[in-house]
Amino acid sequence: MRKESAVSATSDLCVHGLAGLHVGGGPALTQVIDIELIVNGRLTSLSLDPRVTLLDALREHLNLTGTKKGCDQGQCGACTVLVNGMRINSCLSLAAMHDGQAITTIEGIAPGENELHHIQAAFIERDAFQCGYCTPGQIVSAVAMLDELAAGQPSQAAEDLSAAPVLTDAELRERMSGNLCRCSAYPHIFAAIRDVAGA
Amino acid sequence: MKPFTYERATSVADAAKASADPSVRLLAGGTNLLDLMKLQIETPARIVDIGRLPLKDITETPDGGLRIGALATSTAIASDPVVRARYPLIARALLSGASVQLRNKATAAGNLMQRTRCAYFYDTTKPCNRRIPGSGCSAIGGHSRADGILGTSAACIAVHPSDLAVALTALDAHVETTNGQGTVRTLPVADLHRLPGASPHLETDLAPGQIITAITVPPAPPGEQIFRKVRDRASFAFALISVAASGPRYALGGVAMKPWRASASEAVLAAGGDVDEAVAAELSQARGHGHGEYKIPLAKRLLGAVIRQSRGDAA
Repeated sequence: MRKESAVSATSDLCVHGLAGLHVGGGPALTQVIDIELIVNGRLTSLSLDPRVTLLDALREHLNLTGTKKGCDQGQCGACTVLVNGMRINSCLSLAAMHDGQAITTIEGIAPGENELHHIQAAFIERDAFQCGYCTPGQIVSAVAMLDELAAGQPSQAAEDLSAAPVLTDAELRERMSGNLCRCSAYPHIFAAIRDVAGA
Repeated sequence: MKPFTYERATSVADAAKASADPSVRLLAGGTNLLDLMKLQIETPARIVDIGRLPLKDITETPDGGLRIGALATSTAIASDPVVRARYPLIARALLSGASVQLRNKATAAGNLMQRTRCAYFYDTTKPCNRRIPGSGCSAIGGHSRADGILGTSAACIAVHPSDLAVALTALDAHVETTNGQGTVRTLPVADLHRLPGASPHLETDLAPGQIITAITVPPAPPGEQIFRKVRDRASFAFALISVAASGPRYALGGVAMKPWRASASEAVLAAGGDVDEAVAAELSQARGHGHGEYKIPLAKRLLGAVIRQSRGDAA
């Protein structure tokens, strides 16, 4: 169990320039919120400024820096995490909104301590990265994408919205369009996911 | 973000009451509001999180229509078997927008209430009458290729970015609203948003304290449902122009600060006019404001193509 003080919450926000409001004796925080998150299976208590995003709570308060901050606007997908099994952009969510919910990050995606998730292993096998900054988001997103496919969720690539989806190449690209790769390692990312999903 | 207090709404009535205060913003999925708060375009003093209110159900109505709870997510709506089978237009419109990550959070009412994506609304170093009333419009004479061609004014030429609203307008859908006193009122989705006129900062016809609780969709008319969207890339982009068709009803997106029902086209077609006449009737008043000129022929062609497809005419 980990408790952060309101003071460190303030300084974290300042250090990272998110608020830019409390540098050098600015106005005091008006509210600190106590929340509990179940992060990668572990119950975690936090006391936070309500402005702290889920992404910053993970990275700056829980030191889970695998989840990356790319655009911080919900456009790049580097911050993708699972909330109750669904992928979201953690940068566009307040930590407070997720009180009591289960968060899975890249650090918790593998089935065990010394094992990799199939998608992680396939990314290594296929060399599916260059700089690697988008990789955690790509992997978490791909894991969720395969679950969505199994659950029969449609995408705009579907000819027939009511039919069970089949992971054609067009479907795979469409379903991963929320994760950008500035190095453009897409062919290898595509191949890695294809290895796990089957042809 | 500017400092704010955070609380979770315990009832719809409480949320409605709270929202009457102009310093309050209701938070649902947060995918637009939090972005605007980071840029300090939105600076609420108090956030009321309505995300856990019981407004998520998607249910069939006795008249054969559909009722979509205000907080149903885009993913939940687009994955719903009834929506997919009977209202593919709604599913297509939703699936054509954003990414899965965003659709897993974004809600039905939030989609309708999202703000314009006009670049100058987001650029706090530039005048924008919608952001700061009376400051001027930077899009007029500026980089306006994503802005509007119909229903614009000298004060604002922004467009409303919702694809869902365009689909719902072609389906004659309504929003159901309530206020802190429990007064339920419905209004057509087509009448929810205001054209800018001289007061672009007044964006909807909702009164202070009036909140959307559901979207109601009547039974779809016979005939094909079509959604076509032209944009800068194949996925995860806002519409430059979109057209929705539900049987004999048509709506355009990417043209105005509201979903644009093509009533003039429908009237020409109902009177036996041909497709070209119908298209001209709707778009003869269109103006492109410089960079947006290309949208006029684009809208004409897309509307014409969708009308022909919906009538079974060869393209």
